[in-house]
Amino acid sequence: MPDYSLSYVYVFAFFVVGAIFVTLLLTLSRLVAPRKATKEKLRTYESGEEPTGQAWGRYPTHFYVFALLFVVFDVEVIFLFPWAVLFRSLGVAGLVEVIVFIGILVVGLYYAWKKDALNWY
Amino acid sequence: MPVGPFGIDPLIWAPLRLVIAVGLALFLVLNGALLQIYLERKIQAIIQDRLGPYHVGPFGLLQTFADALKLISKEDVRAAATDGWFFVAAPALVFCPMLASWAVLPFAKDIVGTNLNIGLLYLTTLGSMTVLGIVIAGWASNNKYALVGGLRSAGQLISYEIPQILALVSVALVVGSLSMIDITRSQTGPFVNVLILPFSFLIYFIAALAETNRTPFDLPEAESELVAGWLTEYSGMRWGTMLALSEYGNVTVVCAIVTTLWFGGWQGPGVDAIPLLGVLWFTLKVYAFIVVMMWIRATLPRLRIDQLMSFCWKGLIPMALVNIVAVATLALAFPNTLVPIAIANWLLVVVFVAGIPFFQRRRLATLRARARASATPAVRAAS
Repeated sequence: MPDYSLSYVYVFAFFVVGAIFVTLLLTLSRLVAPRKATKEKLRTYESGEEPTGQAWGRYPTHFYVFALLFVVFDVEVIFLFPWAVLFRSLGVAGLVEVIVFIGILVVGLYYAWKKDALNWY
Repeated sequence: MPVGPFGIDPLIWAPLRLVIAVGLALFLVLNGALLQIYLERKIQAIIQDRLGPYHVGPFGLLQTFADALKLISKEDVRAAATDGWFFVAAPALVFCPMLASWAVLPFAKDIVGTNLNIGLLYLTTLGSMTVLGIVIAGWASNNKYALVGGLRSAGQLISYEIPQILALVSVALVVGSLSMIDITRSQTGPFVNVLILPFSFLIYFIAALAETNRTPFDLPEAESELVAGWLTEYSGMRWGTMLALSEYGNVTVVCAIVTTLWFGGWQGPGVDAIPLLGVLWFTLKVYAFIVVMMWIRATLPRLRIDQLMSFCWKGLIPMALVNIVAVATLALAFPNTLVPIAIANWLLVVVFVAGIPFFQRRRLATLRARARASATPAVRAAS
């Protein structure tokens, strides 16, 4: 087996061990802990008030704006990583291209800033 | 017959290495849960002139063991309104990526799960997977506090992830590799990366505080307004896995990343003679940063969400981009020396630290002007 696919077997093993560990802990707790559910105990916690309605409702749109900006910048970073490794061999041309690339995104950030999208009221 | 590290046959060493790495990772995570909670309580107590835990065992050392036993034997209440499967899966979704991060972190020379050639990218990927678990926990609880906590957490974690990753890119620029082992090897001797890239370290450390929900960025669990944030509906061992193991485990992971990238990882005096000493140096360095995080928690008050967001998007991200461009330009202009990069980075640190009070004053002036403009005439006359 080539070395690089073997290293992913190792990574996978870590995930498996994590899942087994959590399952073991929760099973142990299930065996030891008492289980006496009452209607009051199973009610959603709302600081002692009677819960009204469900929590699954509408929420502020700020989160959408930041999520969109995040997607843009996160994808940018993914493109920066391969350049960062190879930039000595890519030389000045690579640097100029990346500066243009970052520049376009900075213009986008500036636009969002001026449009008041980065403020949270 | 080929001889691998420590004089062991490579064929036996390959699985043995995995067992050692998983064992060390689990040990550090469990330690994180037991020792860090004790340390946190004791250090807070010392700073606030209290005694802290001291009843159970010598100096209260067994207090967290007692807490862990109590958590296991506690009833696991699952409210009727919760979304069954997601509610159950969330603790594992937070825990597994945290544990898997240890696969690429080198504990000592040759003691590492695997030498992934995309180590840094892999760590950032796992770091963003934590958000999924937290948002799922907040949503599946079907509780208003938990939902607000989960959403705040989503906004905060995805925002601070960007400066965090940008800081990592500048390290990759200087070292020229994404493998954690190569990054450690590049810092032999006293010239560790923090002397060359102090500004990247500063950005990463601030963003890491936010990524791990530590004070002053602990809005998702702000107890004075949200009870326990996204953890509100969790109890018993499920809460223990979520908070004690995963949260403190994540703190350990980011401190280990800081140690490996900026402070020379396992390297220290005497590691060439006794390779296993590396594990000790690594752990000591990691715990030094954990103590700094606790010190920050005892010192700083919690931010408001608008301050949190604008600090990230208007402060950290532009500065991190400037940092990358500066490092890349200087590295190309002076290919044989790192001194110009170091000078530029220290200058950026000075500008950043000196700039914070200046911008804070300007922001306050704007806010006051806005408040005055929107106030009623009577209030305006009085002020």
